[in-house]
Parts: sequence; C-alpha cells; structure tokens
Amino acid sequence: MPPFQQYFGETQNIVRQTVRKFVQQEITPFVNEWEEAGELPRSLYEKAGAAGILGIGYPEEFGGSGFDIFTKIAASEEIMACGSGGVAASLGSLDIGLPPIVHWGSPELKQRICPDVIAGRKIQCLAITEPGGGSDVASLRTRAIRDGDHYIVNGSKTFITSGVNADYYTVAVRTGGEGYGGISLLLIEKGTPGFVVSKKLKKMGWWASDTAELFFQDVRVPVANLIGQENAGFYVIMTNFQMERLNLAVMANTTSQLALNACLDYVQERQAFGKPLAKFQVLRHKLAEMATQLEASKEFTYRVAAKIGAGESVVKEVSMAKNFATSVSDRVTYDAVQVFGGMGYMRESLVERLYRDNRILAIGGGTYEIMNEVIAKQMGL
Amino acid sequence: MKVLVAVKRVVDANVKVRVAADNRGVDLTNVKMAMNPFCEIAVEEAVRLKEKGVATEILVVAVGPKEAQEQIRTALALGADRGILVEAADAQPLAIAKILKAIVDQEKPGLVITGKQSIDGDNNQVGQMLAALTGMGQGTFASEVNVADGKVKVTREIDGGLQTVELKLPALVSTDLRLNEPRYASLPNIMKAKKKPLDIKAPADFGVDVAPRVKTVKVEAPAARKAGIKVKTVEELVAKLKNEAKVIQ
Ligand SMILES: Cc1cc2nc3c(=O)[nH]c(=O)nc-3n(C[C@H](O)[C@H](O)[C@H](O)COP(=O)(O)OP(=O)(O)OC[C@H]3O[C@@H](n4cnc5c(N)ncnc54)[C@H](O)[C@@H]3O)c2cc1C
Ligand SMILES: Cc1cc2nc3c(=O)[nH]c(=O)nc-3n(C[C@H](O)[C@H](O)[C@H](O)COP(=O)(O)OP(=O)(O)OC[C@H]3O[C@@H](n4cnc5c(N)ncnc54)[C@H](O)[C@@H]3O)c2cc1C
Repeated sequence: MPPFQQYFGETQNIVRQTVRKFVQQEITPFVNEWEEAGELPRSLYEKAGAAGILGIGYPEEFGGSGFDIFTKIAASEEIMACGSGGVAASLGSLDIGLPPIVHWGSPELKQRICPDVIAGRKIQCLAITEPGGGSDVASLRTRAIRDGDHYIVNGSKTFITSGVNADYYTVAVRTGGEGYGGISLLLIEKGTPGFVVSKKLKKMGWWASDTAELFFQDVRVPVANLIGQENAGFYVIMTNFQMERLNLAVMANTTSQLALNACLDYVQERQAFGKPLAKFQVLRHKLAEMATQLEASKEFTYRVAAKIGAGESVVKEVSMAKNFATSVSDRVTYDAVQVFGGMGYMRESLVERLYRDNRILAIGGGTYEIMNEVIAKQMGL
Repeated sequence: MKVLVAVKRVVDANVKVRVAADNRGVDLTNVKMAMNPFCEIAVEEAVRLKEKGVATEILVVAVGPKEAQEQIRTALALGADRGILVEAADAQPLAIAKILKAIVDQEKPGLVITGKQSIDGDNNQVGQMLAALTGMGQGTFASEVNVADGKVKVTREIDGGLQTVELKLPALVSTDLRLNEPRYASLPNIMKAKKKPLDIKAPADFGVDVAPRVKTVKVEAPAARKAGIKVKTVEELVAKLKNEAKVIQ
C-alpha cells in the first residue's frame, strides 16, 4: 500500500490509551455526580496534573510535555469521551486561559503561574465576555486605569468557564481608548480585594462545568500582572481564539462520534414492529448520513490541525472547521435523540446529555455568525 | 531478579465488538485497541516488585502485530526497562508459548508474569503452556504474590475459594483480576519511554512456526436474551426450575 497522511502516530496512540485509562478510572464513574454538583472536585485537576495530562501542549520548563498538536487532540478526544462536555470544558479551561501567559507573559509571571496550573494545583480561566456583549470583543468596557505600579480595575465579566473555582483569571480590560487598540490582558487573582465571583450560573448543558459572573470594583492589580504589551491585548485574544476554535471543532466531532456510536448499539438492540431498528431503511440511511457528515468533518478538522501544527496561519480554515463541525454535531445529536425515541429524552441516555451539551459549541469561542464574518473577511468581502 | 512480563494487544475492554460480515471473527476496523487488562495487572505487579527492590529488571515481551509496540512502550512508561516485540499477527497460544520459551531460555528470568487470559480469544492457555514447556512451576489466577528466599508464594482464586501454593524460582505466575489495581502511565514517563530499548524480532529468529493449528469455522453473536417472566410464588419458581429449565431435580 502506498503511504497516506496519518495524523496519529505511536506516541499519540500511547497517549490516547493512557488518557482513556485515566478517564475510565478517574472520570467516567463520577460524571453523573459531578453533573449534579455543577462542578468538578479540585482533586481531579490534581490527578490530571500529576498524570501529565494538563501539561500536554505546554513547555517542558513548566512541567509540560511540549507542543504536539495531534497529541493534544488525542488527549482532548479521550477526555470528551467521558460523555460530559462540562467535564471537558472545566478541566480544559487552562487551555484558553494559560496560552496568553505562556506566549506573552513576562518571564517572572510565567514562572509564577504556569507550573502550578499545569500541575493542577491552581485552576486557570479566561474572562473576555461581558454582560454587555461577547461577540464584539473590541467594545468591551471593563476598565483598567494605571495608578503607579498598579491598575485599578472596574467592570464585570460573564459566562466564565471555571469562573467559580478558578484561582487565576486572564481578564481582558480596556487600558486605552475605544476600539480594539485599547485592550490589554491582565492576570487577576482570586481573593484580590474588590474582586467578587457570583454563584454558579444555571445552564442548559455543561452542567459539570462551573460558570460564573465576575465583578470588579476598584480592584488593584500589580502592573507586573500585565500579559503582553499594554493595548496589544486584542491581537493576543484573536491569536488565542485559533486553538480554542480548533478544540471546539474537535469537541463537536467527538460529540457526534459518541452520539453515533450510541445509536449504532441502540438500533441493534431495540425492536419495533418485530425487528431491530437497524432493519428499517429510513434509520439505516439516517445513520449512514450521520457517519458521512462526521467523517468529512473529522478529516477537515485534522487537516486544519496539521496546518496549524506546521505553523501555517489558517484563520479562515479554523473558523470553517468550527462551523462545519458544529453544524454536523447539531444535526447528529438531534438525530441521535430521534433514533432513541422516548428514551432519547430521558436523562439516563447519553444522547440526551450530548444533545444539551452540544448546543454551546456553535456559540462559545465565537458564534457561528462571527465565524462566518471572519471567513467572509478572509475572502476579501 | 529479572522479571519477564508478557503483554498482548487486544480490543479495548470497553468496546462492544461486532461480528464481521464474513463471520470469520469480530470486526476490527477502526476499533480502539489497548493492552489486555490482565497483562496490565501483570505489568503493575512487576513494577511493584521492582519498587520493593525484589525485581531488578523488567523485560516486557509481546507477540503481535507491529502496532503492539504501543503496548510495549506503554509498559515501558509504566516502569518496565526494555521490551521485545516478536512480530506475528494472530499467533495462536502454542506458538506464543514457544516463542516465550525461547526468550525465557535466553533471558533466564527469575519470574515470569502473564495475564491469566487475553480478552480477545479468552483462551487461558499461554501461561500454562509456557510453564510446561520450560518446566517452571506455575501459580495461575493469582490474587496475591509474595517473593522471598528463592520462592514465590501465590494465592490462587479457585472455584472453591483461595488456594496458596509455594513455587521454587524460576516460576510462572498468571494474574487474576483482584491481584492489584494497575496505574496509568504519566505523560513525562511516556516521553521518557521512547528512549528505552525495544528489540524487534521475528518468530523465525526463535525457530518457531506460527502457522495456525486451530481453524475458526464460524463466529456468531450470542443469541439475544429472551425477556424474563415474573413468578408469583416460590413453589412456582421451583416447579419451573425443575420442569422447564431443568436445572434442579
Ligand atoms: C457555557 C458557556 C461558557 C462560556 N465560557 C466562556 C469563557 O470561559 N470565557 C469567556 O470570555 N466567555 C465565555 N463564554 C461566552 C461566549 O464566548 C459568548 O457567549 C459568545 O462569544 C457570544 O457572545 P454573547 O453571548 O454576548 O452573544 P452576543 O454577542 O450578544 O450575540 C447574540 C447573537 O447575535 C449574533 N451576532 C452578534 N454580532 C453579530 C454580527 N456582527 N453579525 C451577525 N450576527 C451577530 C451572535 O452570533 C448571536 O447569535 C461562555 C458562554 C457559555 C454559554
Ligand atoms: C416526556 C415523554 C412523555 C410521554 N408521555 C406519554 C404518555 O403520556 N402516554 C404514553 O402512552 N406514552 C408517552 N410517551 C411515550 C411516547 O409516545 C413514545 O416515546 C413514542 O411513541 C416513541 O416510542 P418509543 O419511545 O418506544 O420509540 P421507538 O418506537 O422505539 O422508536 C425508536 C425510533 O425508531 C423509529 N421507528 C420505529 N418504528 C419505525 C418504523 N416502522 N419505520 C421507521 N422508523 C421507525 C422511531 O421513529 C424512532 O425514531 C412519552 C414519552 C416522553 C419522552
């Protein structure tokens, strides 16, 4: 056979098997409990840190295992295979909050923050969205005014993943004038006077993830906590979005895969009109279409990932991958509930949770419409 | 003491396998593979013996396809020192036992640990065959293993309860489910394991013919279980067990 592009090699496969074992042992048995609790125990972060899972994709000097995009994807797919998007989102909140520090933080800030987060001793999150709007990042209103060697921060953030339990918050603030040129990122620590975290927000899905609203009233943040250059935050945020969008595409594909697998088992077991559901052509074709859509989405996402891994800029393609993957998962999770009939509406069915958890994927990390705006702009429109 | 552990690449225990369309076996296309769970227990036991200072070197051996390197590397990441892959897809128990015997002759381990069976064929044969071929004593279905003074004491899970046997080293132990709870490898150890030695051999290197001795005629899914019924009284239950199920007299 002539060789063809293989995305996952031996190391990625071993990491996949190891993460799968971790998930089977440390996550899957507790998913229902955590879904009801609305949060993850801190010990899970510590265990995942000790196993090196949180460190995938981060530099070795901070306790990570180095960057390899398909190792990261293999691990993300296996974590999502626990069947709870909320677990994946909150355990993975460091992957949106920490990269700005890793890439743009001062050496002192990196040394102080990264090792603890990668080891699971501290929880990291990212806070961009505000009650006044999330899509229009350039208009954010949380203010940071310089006062000697501190910034004084006033404003609020909302829908922040891991926001209740986090220790470290990478927060987008306005340090300059209107528009995208006046935005900076600050690391704000839990417990800083004037910084208040609301109770957990109640959500349609992602129940195991703690989502919070944050309030800042005259919060004094040391200038040393500035991530990157003052007023250059918008660029950092947009760069950071690339990996987040890829991760969301991977999450959508894994969601579709889990839903499809559940259906494949169910149609063999479930009988109607004296034969297994698998024998009805209308259902066989439904499953064939779900599988086809997913296959195309996975291949496209991996292709975009391979380009990112090779250092190419794929702003347009990664937005396309996210939109494609989430439209597929919207349809596949809808169809999966349908195939399960009344059982698909019951909380005891995996597809019921997948259906709810999936809905956020076309909203978070940039909405479907915003992705289309990005794509259109890249097309010169 | 050198410990030799045999590991096998099999379908992941959590995968629901389906019979292949041609009824020659189960469909393995795009199915997740992993180390056989009983072999994981074997590796874990060896690593614990090393941590206790009883074992000084752990050699992992797999007989399987090229991809079984992944399972050897996983064992290396868990704490084994070096590995040997004998490339032979679909080798049957006797051929595997003969290959392992040749390696035992070369390596002279003080203890060999295998899983009691692999969850693909559920044969439960390799350990016993290897013990017979090498003349080592065997302690199968181990739920406890203690090595001291040139002997290994093995608590075995048998139908009637627990049996303890004492074997002179070198000996063979096959693991049962309750022997230990295997750990998972850590990412840094997976990266380090890339540098540990792994030799690749062929069955011919050991003069073993792996041609199958057993032919699979047909593989079928088990018949679906019929719905149960509720009985009203104990008498009715006993009568049904006697007259219909014929399981009591
Ligand atoms: C569970 C959950 C977790 C989240 N986690 C985080 C987090 O960790 N950190 C964080 O910062 N944020 C987080 N968010 C916020 C998320 O990123 C925002 O919800 C998202 O960016 C959309 O912003 P919005 O909710 O303000 O919607 P809006 O911006 O108000 O948009 C409303 C609608 O208008 C559309 N729209 C807006 N602008 C345009 C336009 N120019 N053209 C066409 N249509 C447009 C949108 O597509 C959408 O359909 C999370 C949200 C949820 C629900
Ligand atoms: C919240 C809730 C409330 C309910 N309330 C009531 C109630 O008050 N009273 C009551 O009696 N029932 C009630 N039901 C049950 C409901 O009517 C059934 O769930 C529904 O009729 C589907 O049956 P099923 O769940 O057994 O699915 P199944 O019959 O097992 O169907 C599974 C899938 O197979 C498809 N399928 C089945 N047969 C064929 C075929 N021949 N050709 C093609 N596709 C086929 C179905 O369309 C579906 O997609 C309720 C269900 C729910 C979830």
